[in-house]
Amino acid sequence: MRYNEPSPLEVRVISQRFDLPNSASIDTYLANEGYVAIKKALDMTPEAIIEELKRSSLRGRGGAGFPTGMKWSFVPRNTGKPTYVICNSDESEPGTCKDRLLMENDPHQLIEGMMIAAWTIKSNKGYIFIRGEYRYLIEIVDRAIAEAYERGYLGKNLFGSGWDFDLYTHTGAGAYECGEESALLESLEGRRGVPRLKPPFPAVVGAFQSPTILNNCETFASVPVIIRNGGIWFAELGTPRNGGTRLVCVSGHVNKPGVYELPMGFPVMRLINEVCGGMRNGKKLKAVIPGGSSAPVLRAEECENLPYDYDSLAKLKTMAGSGGLVVLDEDTDIVAVALRTIKFYAHESCGWCIPCREGTTWLKKILTRFHEGGGQKSDIDLIGDLADNMLGRTFCALGDAAAMPTTGFITKFRDEFEAYLKKSQTTAPVPELVNI
Amino acid sequence: MTFSPELEARFAKLLKSYPPGRTRSAVVPMLLYAQDEVGCVSQELIEEVARRCGVTTLQVDEVIGYYSMLHRKPLGKYHVQVCTNIACQALGGEELYEHASRTLGLGNKEATPDGLISLEEVECMGACSWAPAIQINYDFHHLVTPERFDRLIEALRDGSYGKKAS
Repeated sequence: MRYNEPSPLEVRVISQRFDLPNSASIDTYLANEGYVAIKKALDMTPEAIIEELKRSSLRGRGGAGFPTGMKWSFVPRNTGKPTYVICNSDESEPGTCKDRLLMENDPHQLIEGMMIAAWTIKSNKGYIFIRGEYRYLIEIVDRAIAEAYERGYLGKNLFGSGWDFDLYTHTGAGAYECGEESALLESLEGRRGVPRLKPPFPAVVGAFQSPTILNNCETFASVPVIIRNGGIWFAELGTPRNGGTRLVCVSGHVNKPGVYELPMGFPVMRLINEVCGGMRNGKKLKAVIPGGSSAPVLRAEECENLPYDYDSLAKLKTMAGSGGLVVLDEDTDIVAVALRTIKFYAHESCGWCIPCREGTTWLKKILTRFHEGGGQKSDIDLIGDLADNMLGRTFCALGDAAAMPTTGFITKFRDEFEAYLKKSQTTAPVPELVNI
Repeated sequence: MTFSPELEARFAKLLKSYPPGRTRSAVVPMLLYAQDEVGCVSQELIEEVARRCGVTTLQVDEVIGYYSMLHRKPLGKYHVQVCTNIACQALGGEELYEHASRTLGLGNKEATPDGLISLEEVECMGACSWAPAIQINYDFHHLVTPERFDRLIEALRDGSYGKKAS
C-alpha cells in the first residue's frame, strides 16, 4: 500500500511498481523489468559497475549523502576474507517513513540492488537489517527472498556464473542508534549497538571483521534502474552532483502529507504548495525541518526558491538527510519541538561517548525547565554552548545529530526563546534543574 | 524450554543464517521472536538462548537493557504504543498519548490489572506522513484520532480487534 494518494508531479522511478497489483510478488517484478539489471551486471566488470554508479551521482539516501559509487570502490579486493553486503533498513530517523514503502511494495527491487552490490565485490552473503517495529515487513521480505530462491535468483551458481549469493533478514529490537552503520554491525553480531571507532570504515573492516558494502535500503533500491538505464540517465533526473529521484517524506501541517518520489532539486515551496496541497487550515508556514530530526530547522523565508537536494541544503548549513521534511505552521511552539527533539536523542543515546550521553541529558533538563516556564536568561547561550561542545566529539554522528538541530532552534528562533523568558518572569517558582 | 514448531523452524533458519562460528548474531532476533511467543524475556529464556547460540548467559543478559523492545516483565496482551515524536507531535500525538493514558488509567509502560492492555509512549515508528500513529503489538494504525483510538480499545476489550484491522 502507499497510504497516501500519489501526486501527478511525481517522477516515479523507484516507486514505479508501487501501485501494481501484487507489487511485492516476483511475477509482478519480472513482468516489469525485474532482474534485468543483474543479468546485465553479470556481463560487466566491477570497475564498470562502479563507474556507472559514479556517473549516476547516486548519493546515500540514509542521511549522510555519501556518493555510493565511491563507497563501493573503497572495498578492497582479494583480501582472502569473505565479503558482505548489508542493507540498512533500520529506518528510525524521526520524519522518515520511506524504506517501509520500498520493502512493502517492491522488495525484489531491493534484493536485486543488493545482488548487484554483491556481484561487484563477489560477496556470497547479504543481510537486510530491518528495525524490530517493522515485523510485518520481515514477513514480506522473507517471502520475497523465498520466491527469489525458488526461481533461481538467489542461491548457488546464479545464472550459471559460478557465483553464489545467499540473502537473509535480520531483525533489530528497538534502538535508533543501530541506524548508524558501525552500531548496526555490532547489533548484527549480537552485541549492544554501540558505534565503532572509525577508521577503519565498514568498507574495509565491516561485518564479521570483513570488507562490507553497507547502504541504506533506498540506495540499494536505486541501483537496478541505474544499471538498466545507465548512470547518465539517472543523473539527469536530478541536479548536478545530486543524481536521480528520491522518496521524500512530508509530515506535519500540510493538507496532503505523504511520501512522494520527486527529482532531486525539486523546490521545497512547490513541494509544500503543489504536491502537498498547501498548508492546513490556510495557516502560514513557520519552519521546515528538512531532512529528519537531525537536520537544523529552516525558517519559512529560507525555503523560498530552495531546491531540495544535498548541496542546496548544505549551503544553508542544514541537510537533506534521510529525506523527511517536517512542515510546521505559525502556531507551532518551537521550544516544545526543540524539547521533544532532544528528549528523543537523550532517550536514544547509547551512552558510549560522554559528550553525547551527558550532553543530551543536560540539554533535556535545561529545555524542560525552559519549556515549563522556569528559563533563565543565561540558558539560551548555555544550550548553544553545550551543543557546541558535543559537536565532533563522539564516535558516531548521534552526538552531532542531537547538537545540530538544538543549535538550529536557538539560533533561528532565538526570538521565541526570548519570548518564553519574558513569560517566565511572571511565574513564581523556578523548577530545580537537578530535580527534572 | 519448548516452543511452537513455527518458532523452532525460525530458530533453525536463524542459526544457519550467519557465518560459521557467528551464532552470537542470532541472540537478539531469537530473544525478540521468543518474547513474542512467551511474553517476556525470562531468566529461563536467557539461559535457553545462550545455550542455543553457544554464548554465556551474561552475553545474552547484557543486550536486553539496550534494546527497547526487549522486556523482562510481561506486557499486556495488547501493547499499545503511541508515538509523540515531532511529526506526530505536530498533529496531536502528545494529546493522543494523554488521552490514552487518561482513558486507560495507565502510565507509561503500565498494564491493566487483567493484563489485557499495556501502554507505552514511544519514539518515531516510521509512520510520520500518516500521523498521529500508534502500534498495537506490530500492527500500525495511522491518522488516529481520540475517537478512533477509543474504538480500537473497545475492539480490544470485546475481542473483535484484528477481525477487521486497519
